[in-house]
Amino acid sequence: MIKVRIPTPLRPLTKNQGEVEATGANIAEIIENLNSSYSGLKDRLCDEKGELRRFVNIYVNEEDIRFLKGRDTVLKDGDEVSIVPAIAGG
Amino acid sequence: MIKKMKALVCRECGKEYPTAAIHVCEMCFGPLEVKYNYADIKNTISRKKIENGPPSMWRYIDLLPIEGEATVGQHAGFTPMVRAKNLGAFLGLDELYIKNDTVNHPTLSFKDRVVAVALTRARELGFETVACASTGNLANSVAAHAAAAGMGCYVFIPGDLEAAKVLGNLIYKPNVVEVEGNYDDVNRLCSEIAAEHRWAFVNINIRPYYAEGSKTLAFETVEQLGWRAPDQVVVPMASGSLLTKIWKGINEMRTLGLIDRVPTKLNGAQAEGCSPISTAFKAGRDFFKPVKPKTIAKSLAIGNPADGYYALKATAECKGAMEAVTDEEVVEGIKLLAQTEGIFAETAGGVTIGVLRKLVKQGAIKKSDVTVAYITGNGLKTQEAVIDAVGRPVRIQPSLVSFQKTFKMGKNGGSDA
Repeated sequence: MIKVRIPTPLRPLTKNQGEVEATGANIAEIIENLNSSYSGLKDRLCDEKGELRRFVNIYVNEEDIRFLKGRDTVLKDGDEVSIVPAIAGG
Repeated sequence: MIKKMKALVCRECGKEYPTAAIHVCEMCFGPLEVKYNYADIKNTISRKKIENGPPSMWRYIDLLPIEGEATVGQHAGFTPMVRAKNLGAFLGLDELYIKNDTVNHPTLSFKDRVVAVALTRARELGFETVACASTGNLANSVAAHAAAAGMGCYVFIPGDLEAAKVLGNLIYKPNVVEVEGNYDDVNRLCSEIAAEHRWAFVNINIRPYYAEGSKTLAFETVEQLGWRAPDQVVVPMASGSLLTKIWKGINEMRTLGLIDRVPTKLNGAQAEGCSPISTAFKAGRDFFKPVKPKTIAKSLAIGNPADGYYALKATAECKGAMEAVTDEEVVEGIKLLAQTEGIFAETAGGVTIGVLRKLVKQGAIKKSDVTVAYITGNGLKTQEAVIDAVGRPVRIQPSLVSFQKTFKMGKNGGSDA
């Protein structure tokens, strides 16, 4: 099982849960699987072409997936995925 | 007072939201920005009204996103615009100015501007506790203003900050949280904390208001140049927010009829050890790749810049430029500014001067261009960066002989030193 932290704007889709469990061999798969449990989630994270939206940031165990393999980043049991919309700051 | 703010609007999809403590579009996750009622503002604002306003950034209150009067940071801004004749002559520029925010009130960086807006707005929205993720200067400013405003305060900083920036938090007695990681780690953590606690995170849920404070640097520039926009501006970039807001500010003045032309080109400055935005710009890309920062310019060490995309867009729009300099060039830049103009800048200022120098050499900034370089923080806060590059004092005995011998002077003061 992989723990996924859900940001506030997406919680209406996850019955207000801030953290959910999911399975998937990589980020792309886990997004698909989340979408079947929580319908509409994928559309919020990805654009029409299926690419992650510009302002969506995803971290695996605190590491930005853009430093890993993006959507192909491999996940293993016990990993923690965090979705952070529109990193602010600066 | 007129209703200045219409709504918050998503910069990506245009969806509108109420002017609350939110910063992200729920639909597409784009950042939210304040949408103003320019038609009404145009009817009340004038050069004369501004000139008769207070000697602070609040002379531009008509263009700042608060509903009432300023209640925090009343003295921020309206810093000197220094005609830099010596540095200009050295670089070969006829009309160079330094916008000197090393002496901003009260914490000696441009962050006092954004925090004045953020905390005033936070109070209007009913918050009692403020917080921020910071590379140092912002934390100093939030801590100082929260102390003065009697608000609770949490500042989150990376674990490797300069000593003066750490002390410059502790003295005001906020909760100083040192996070084991770099700024991007601090920032991500704070985004998650902000979702769980009802605090005013100035650069997260209050960011749409906070960021607008940077526009005052543009307003002051235009007014202090005698109501004209400069040909070139050189702006340090961390998140890219300052550069985009300077662009917004200059263009607002044209929208409101305070000036009639904007010849300005934006020039973004980064340190090579953290240059995701300038690297993308030079490669002709409209998107950046996050980096792991490694530079002495810690105040600019943001590897995942929130406004990087918009900074690229604005700079391309005005056909400006971007450059990056090495840490050695940063130190050289700090020394050059100090030794020509008597202004001691922090590392970000060294980046700005280093890049200015490079752009003049490349011909991107020409001799006759009216040029403004933004010096956004004070050198006393980043002494580590230059401590090994400034030499030592001359040590002598407390006697006239010792002095004259050291400086090889004759008895009557003739010096050959």
